[in-house]
Amino acid sequence: MTSTSVPFEYAPAPESRSIVSIAPSYGLFIDGEFVDGTGEPFTTVNPATEEVLTEVSSGSAADVDRAVRAARRAFEKTWGPMRPADRGKYLFRIARLLQERAREFAVLESLDNGKPIRESRDVDVPLAAAQFFYYAGWADKLDHVGLGTRPRPLGVAGQVIPWNFPLLMLAWKVAPALAAGNTVVLKPAETTPLTALLFAEVCRQADLPAGVVNIVTGAGDTGRAVVEHDDVDKVAFTGSTDVGRSIARAVAGTRKKLTLELGGKAANIVFDDAPIDQAVEGIVQGIFFNQGHVCCAGSRLLVQESIHDEVIASLQRRIGTLRVGDPLDKNTDIGAINSAEQLARIRELSDIGEAEGAQRWQPACELPDRGFWYPPTIFTDVSPAHRIARDEIFGPVLSVLTFRTPDEAVAKANNTTYGLSAGIWSEKGSRILQIANQLRAGVVWANTFNKFDPTSPFGGYKQSGYGREGGRHGLAAYLEGAEQ
Amino acid sequence: MIGNDRLAVRKTYKLYVNGAFPRSESGRTYEVTDAKGHFLANAARASRKDARDAVVAARGAFPKWSAMTAYNRGQVLYRVAEVMEGRHVQFCEEVAAGEGLSASKARAAVDAAVDRWVWYAGWTDKLAAVLGGANPVAGPYFDFSTPEPTGVVAVLAPQQSSLLGLVSVLAPVLATGSTAVVVTSKDRPLPAVTLAEVLATSDVPGGVVNLLTGDAEELGTWLAEHADVDGIDLTGAPAKRAMEFEREAAGTIKRVVRPPATEPDWTADPGLTRMTPFLETKTVWHPIGL
Repeated sequence: MTSTSVPFEYAPAPESRSIVSIAPSYGLFIDGEFVDGTGEPFTTVNPATEEVLTEVSSGSAADVDRAVRAARRAFEKTWGPMRPADRGKYLFRIARLLQERAREFAVLESLDNGKPIRESRDVDVPLAAAQFFYYAGWADKLDHVGLGTRPRPLGVAGQVIPWNFPLLMLAWKVAPALAAGNTVVLKPAETTPLTALLFAEVCRQADLPAGVVNIVTGAGDTGRAVVEHDDVDKVAFTGSTDVGRSIARAVAGTRKKLTLELGGKAANIVFDDAPIDQAVEGIVQGIFFNQGHVCCAGSRLLVQESIHDEVIASLQRRIGTLRVGDPLDKNTDIGAINSAEQLARIRELSDIGEAEGAQRWQPACELPDRGFWYPPTIFTDVSPAHRIARDEIFGPVLSVLTFRTPDEAVAKANNTTYGLSAGIWSEKGSRILQIANQLRAGVVWANTFNKFDPTSPFGGYKQSGYGREGGRHGLAAYLEGAEQ
Repeated sequence: MIGNDRLAVRKTYKLYVNGAFPRSESGRTYEVTDAKGHFLANAARASRKDARDAVVAARGAFPKWSAMTAYNRGQVLYRVAEVMEGRHVQFCEEVAAGEGLSASKARAAVDAAVDRWVWYAGWTDKLAAVLGGANPVAGPYFDFSTPEPTGVVAVLAPQQSSLLGLVSVLAPVLATGSTAVVVTSKDRPLPAVTLAEVLATSDVPGGVVNLLTGDAEELGTWLAEHADVDGIDLTGAPAKRAMEFEREAAGTIKRVVRPPATEPDWTADPGLTRMTPFLETKTVWHPIGL
């Protein structure tokens, strides 16, 4: 371990948590009402302190059934027959309410998830609001999606989302589903249910008709009940490839339409003609954004051999300035790992990396005594066969590999079962376009990384899943074309 | 067409793999009859090894085929139509015999099959404009999306419509830039073998299309679970096995086209529905400015 001194100290600049009021317990949001779940309630903790935030209901199969029936009724009686323009207006209202209550959502998200307030405030919440605003406008323009005139909604969408971007993933799922005229039953992740429950309150403030959005909290069994419910017409899942596989098996042979947004192991390729300082910022943004809990994280750095030492030295210097700590501190760059379970996985894979012969580097940084923390980490001397070059770590751990020629870079970048995203750093436009063509990945960031927008389709090749979220493409997942 | 006193030279119907016409490595054949049950030929009955060889060939052909310009790929597909037209009589006879159609109905099916290649040939250089485009992101970035081929697609061709149905499921895979391993109709495989001869003598590079005659019920399992197959069209899967194939396909997150309840009317305009399942959308971002 090499130590890098922090150039200067920061005074703490904590965001006040007084803006949020967390109830001692929460029910399920079904048919416009909060109701008690019949499953065993569970607690959700602040991963930065291990403090219990609240107790949350767990949806049993019977609760899920109630939610699906409410969604079906709403689809048939209110949301389905509604004028498309009015559906759009409800979504616009939701977008505005999210903006109005943005600070509250950001603080709650950071408390429940552990991500830095800077990110929840500047990325998660604004993008969630933008997602609703964008799809609101589509609601009365579906003839122009490209599925023929009068495309039909599918019915009830069952949606299961992960813990890394709780509100944003909700928005990615709910906004296009509703704009297309479907109703939804959404299961948030077990460790991050709170912003989804606050979103339920937003739905009430918007006077969204009962049953259009139903939120059923719980763990894997609740998710399974949503996915396997006979009256669900569409399943959308974001999460691990293993769970994605089991969902694809579960819906096999049914009428259910399925979209999957799964894992990734993105290559971030730095050529010797890249602007190094800019690339280093991009590498940091690529792997340490959201503690590396990002399916499209740039977790494999492929750096051209001739600039390897220079890039690593510069990267280490930059990582030495990253602030790890209190998620609510506005200076914080890296927050808490979301759960003890995830922390254990990151530790395990990092230890395997070292055992397999890669060199671990971490900056000198003090970690809080309580909570779940992992320092930003770089592995050099990584070979493509190492587990840390193949498995999704989903943490602030970067594996560095080298290449000599563009062909080798492409071969190594594509040498993965995943295909979600990739990065290219070079000043040469023709090279960027050529490499972008050859990469088997759904999103390619050139001279930037980890950028998202509601208008921009996102999703993977290969075992990173299928279907796209965002843009016109995102609506295809929730509509049936007249010609189909 | 054959003089009364001349003994016909019959064709040996073989597989089409990697641009060559091998027999099944298993040595297996099965009897193909016409709609009335009269013997027509002994077709090769493809094995698991043949299916695996076909996947290797399709994977090998993918980089070149997918990198071809859309204009070029369109011309290659158009050329298939041209060469098919020259074999019109032969196709009509085989379709009539296999499907038990009248001469005029067989002709209509062959005409439609040829025209379908022409239709898809015209799609290759329009897809990117129709399915892709620039995305107006809220920031200083140029952001665009393009459709790209999924890779190696296994196609279980329809069991009833032996030529028009086959072309209707194969041509869209090729038009979008993927390569194909096709299991033909089991009982009516002969037009597919003749189509293979057309493909071999047109400009489709070897390995881009691989045609296996045999039983979709056994071959389907191996293709559905094969880790180097990216997508599978289950149109011709036996109803009782389709769910199992879909479950096996989930093992590597394959793109799956589920079988229809009954075989569709293949003369209907297919729209984009057979192309979009085997297209990936790639989105590229680049900053604007310094």
